[in-house]
Amino acid sequence: MQKVTRDILVKRASELLADGTVSSVLGWKAGEFDYDVTPATFTDTESLEKGFVWSDFSAANLSKYLVSKTKSAEGRILVFLKPCDTYSFNQLLTEHRIDREKVYAVGVPCEGMADINKIRSICGDGIIKIDCGEKLTVETLYADEPFVVEPSEVLLEKCESCKSKKHVAYDELLGEEGEVVDSSRFSEVERLEAMSADERFEFWQGELSRCIRCNACRDACPACTCEVCVFNNPASGVETKAPSDSFEEKMFHIIRAFHVAGRCTDCGECSRVCPQNIPLHLLNRKLIKDMNESYGTYQAGETVGASSPLTEYTLGDPEAGDVLEGGGKNA
Amino acid sequence: MQVKEYKPLIVAFCCNWCSYAGADLAGNNRANYPAEVKIIRVPCSCRVNPTFILRAFQKGADGVIICGCHPGDCHYTSGNYYTRRRMAMLFSMLDFLGIERERTRVEWISAAEGAKFSATMNEFANTVAALGENKRLEDLRCKK
Repeated sequence: MQKVTRDILVKRASELLADGTVSSVLGWKAGEFDYDVTPATFTDTESLEKGFVWSDFSAANLSKYLVSKTKSAEGRILVFLKPCDTYSFNQLLTEHRIDREKVYAVGVPCEGMADINKIRSICGDGIIKIDCGEKLTVETLYADEPFVVEPSEVLLEKCESCKSKKHVAYDELLGEEGEVVDSSRFSEVERLEAMSADERFEFWQGELSRCIRCNACRDACPACTCEVCVFNNPASGVETKAPSDSFEEKMFHIIRAFHVAGRCTDCGECSRVCPQNIPLHLLNRKLIKDMNESYGTYQAGETVGASSPLTEYTLGDPEAGDVLEGGGKNA
Repeated sequence: MQVKEYKPLIVAFCCNWCSYAGADLAGNNRANYPAEVKIIRVPCSCRVNPTFILRAFQKGADGVIICGCHPGDCHYTSGNYYTRRRMAMLFSMLDFLGIERERTRVEWISAAEGAKFSATMNEFANTVAALGENKRLEDLRCKK
């Protein structure tokens, strides 16, 4: 259950549309099912009233859509940003990918978003309706009674390990300002680090071999905003096709993690959109953890204009071998 | 039947200004290093893109070593400092994926260190030989 309700969002968006502050609204609309909420643009009050959705499934990070929208749109775009989305928004501003003048950012507090896969594991298949009230009421084809699910038990991974409830960028905030959360988001990375190399290899082989190279992780990632992606290069031999060798799976994900290293805000969209449920965020999180430990704590997107650890250096940086041995952290 | 002795294939990325000249000096001094070390000359160690390293493994390398000027001596002032950070992160990532950490290395070798070049290559080749063939980052399509 989100504290700030849909009606408040729709009302405020309608007001801003009516007084001419913004010419369009970037939000979420219903998909085929209640849990298929997708990003959408609204240009009038009527369609907002009818189609706007703000529920426990409005997890999509809208900041990336601003890259193309601010290029084409006339007038300002109202965008609803959850706390974690504002980090991506700042990072895109840092990289000059968004025209700030064209954006009217409205911060929305977030209580965490629901993971449909976790709901499925409780309620089974055939979900036909989910009512997002104080608790989630799930109706399925096969059960006589609807399931009542506690939202905190079915949070998305990215919300379970939420790093901040504080908006780092907005023009206007609906509801109350939150705080940066001290979550234990590196615990899973640490668990893997504690394994032996053979166990880690087995773990990743198992995870990455499921990759179908649908490129959803790349397409949803707010840090992946290259006009032409290196993986779309016809000469690369890996252009938009399913991996035909275990090497290709690994290469795609290593290179993708490396391309967003230092710019990844840990928004968790990669893992959320993965149809194969590969924990891709762990690769990014590992890099964030390493950079924090070796070059000082850095959170991408916390401020506009900060430079990432990989575009800087100091004379006394540890050597590559020392980082690997680093206090037995990869023992 | 004669069993062919296993010799690891090593790819060494050497920067033009220090390590490549270091390799040259090793040759001039008749300092031995394994013939399986294949040197690729790059303008600066920071020219080495992580993809190059993965590509080398894909094409059959058993170990990859990046050699550059000593920190502070970079011909382009600061290139090797970036290499140091990048490679530290990449190697840690490879290690995280369970790929043997001894297969990759960064060494600083100046143009005057021919002896260090040959010693490093001998030592690295022995280390990689002890690990055996690169199985975890191999591409079966590239095997002859």
